[in-house]
Amino acid sequence: MSTALEPTAAAPAAPAPERKPGKAPPVLSGGWPLLGHLQELRKRPIELFARVRRECGEIGEMSFAGSRVVLLTGEPAQEAFFRSSDEQLDQAAAYPFMTPIFGKGVLFDASPEQRRQGLRNQSLRDSFMRGHAELIATETERMMDKLGDSGELDLLDFFSELTIYTSSACLIGKEFREELSAEYFRVFYELEKGTDAIAYVNPDLPLPQFRRRDRARRRLVELLSEVFERRARQPSEKRELFDVLLSLKLPDGSPRFSVDQVTGMFISMMFAGHHTTSGTAAWTLIELLRHPEFGARVVGELDSLYADGREVSYQALREIPELEGAIKEALRLHPPLILLMRKVVYNFDYAGWTVPAGKLVAVSPAISNRMPECFPDPDRYDPDRYQEGREEDARLFAWIPFGAGRHRCVGAAFAMMQLKAIFSALLRRYEFELAQPPASYRNDHSKMVVQLAQPCPARYRRRAP
Amino acid sequence: MRVRVDTDLCQGHAVCKEEAPAVFDVDRATNKVVVLAERPDEPLAAAVKRAVKYCPTRALRLELD
Repeated sequence: MSTALEPTAAAPAAPAPERKPGKAPPVLSGGWPLLGHLQELRKRPIELFARVRRECGEIGEMSFAGSRVVLLTGEPAQEAFFRSSDEQLDQAAAYPFMTPIFGKGVLFDASPEQRRQGLRNQSLRDSFMRGHAELIATETERMMDKLGDSGELDLLDFFSELTIYTSSACLIGKEFREELSAEYFRVFYELEKGTDAIAYVNPDLPLPQFRRRDRARRRLVELLSEVFERRARQPSEKRELFDVLLSLKLPDGSPRFSVDQVTGMFISMMFAGHHTTSGTAAWTLIELLRHPEFGARVVGELDSLYADGREVSYQALREIPELEGAIKEALRLHPPLILLMRKVVYNFDYAGWTVPAGKLVAVSPAISNRMPECFPDPDRYDPDRYQEGREEDARLFAWIPFGAGRHRCVGAAFAMMQLKAIFSALLRRYEFELAQPPASYRNDHSKMVVQLAQPCPARYRRRAP
Repeated sequence: MRVRVDTDLCQGHAVCKEEAPAVFDVDRATNKVVVLAERPDEPLAAAVKRAVKYCPTRALRLELD
């Protein structure tokens, strides 16, 4: 990751729109004074977005404590959103609840073009994938080694811890990963729980969830300071990303980056791929256990693919159709991000409507992924939707767990590979069953970062060899 | 078999080039894909299909004759 660090050419100038502005989008009913629809967002976000579509149609405006957010729904409106450039629809400033987590000046002080350059050149590239797949398989083995023959685990804790290790090993470095312990995923969990949308009022309100967030971040700085100091005393070790960053000096000899800033970089590198992958892994497993016929198909597929002793690092980069269908269906029904937002930099026009600069526009994967006109019987779990001939994920601007178009997740291929590697290892060693009524597993939507609601236990038993 | 590009969506990730270097290149000046063989030969079909499938921005499409 080099977003804020790499010198690049200036971003291209935004074209000046000459057109006369169109109509203002309709405003959703039921807004409170000052807070607008914020309380609804914090309690029942998906119902709120569905209400926009029902009452206003494909374009409608919500208000989150003064931030005006225009929600676009339906395939054509979403396509207009996803085809817009980063210069017109910018990610910066759309997520005020993230600022105290990353820290100031970490992620969003680069221009869109700089961010693209940084992402293009780095470790998400295809040529690194084979090595990543190997690391992920190893990390999954190590987590499984702690499980024993049988027992009960908490799905959120298990996958959260695993993905802290896989992300850090792949994106930062193998040695750095060895410095991490279970405490890191707990600290990360507190950061993720600190994304209360009340931050639209003020991200530093004196509330317990924000105090816990700030305490977690300080603890992370502490933990990482120890790591960096230890590594600085042992110069024989291989230098990885953070060692290099911390050794950079300004002309006057003082350090270029403080530990606090490097901690912010660590958080920003890990954040996008952590709760998203961890949640998707949990939901993939829950749905397979809720629908044992599909579970048996996936296990059978893995057993026969790996019967010849081939490596996970080989197969995870190749097709595993039944498993991929199960992952995609978990992503469709339980998208880890339910609202994608961008700040309008210059007027955004769609079908005679105009959203002026300064407002936010948004698309909701949770709504889109269940549009009945695109996904027949949308609430039904059916991994066969993705088989040849049906391929419902080919609706590029409707099947949008990763976003789409110019705003598609840069880590999508990495995430799919990672999930394939994890389940290739996990489901061949253990069998699982739900330890609670199947319908009791649900997401907690009270924070902008969606998490599986705890408790979410599952029982496991080592499979007969 | 014919390769189509939506240049609006292409961001020059170059995954296609790694899957099928005989068919795709990326112009570093424009950061857009360049199709070297719009109608690739049959033996390249599997690689081209992978390129289409794994394009990070889904900018490629394959039309069958």
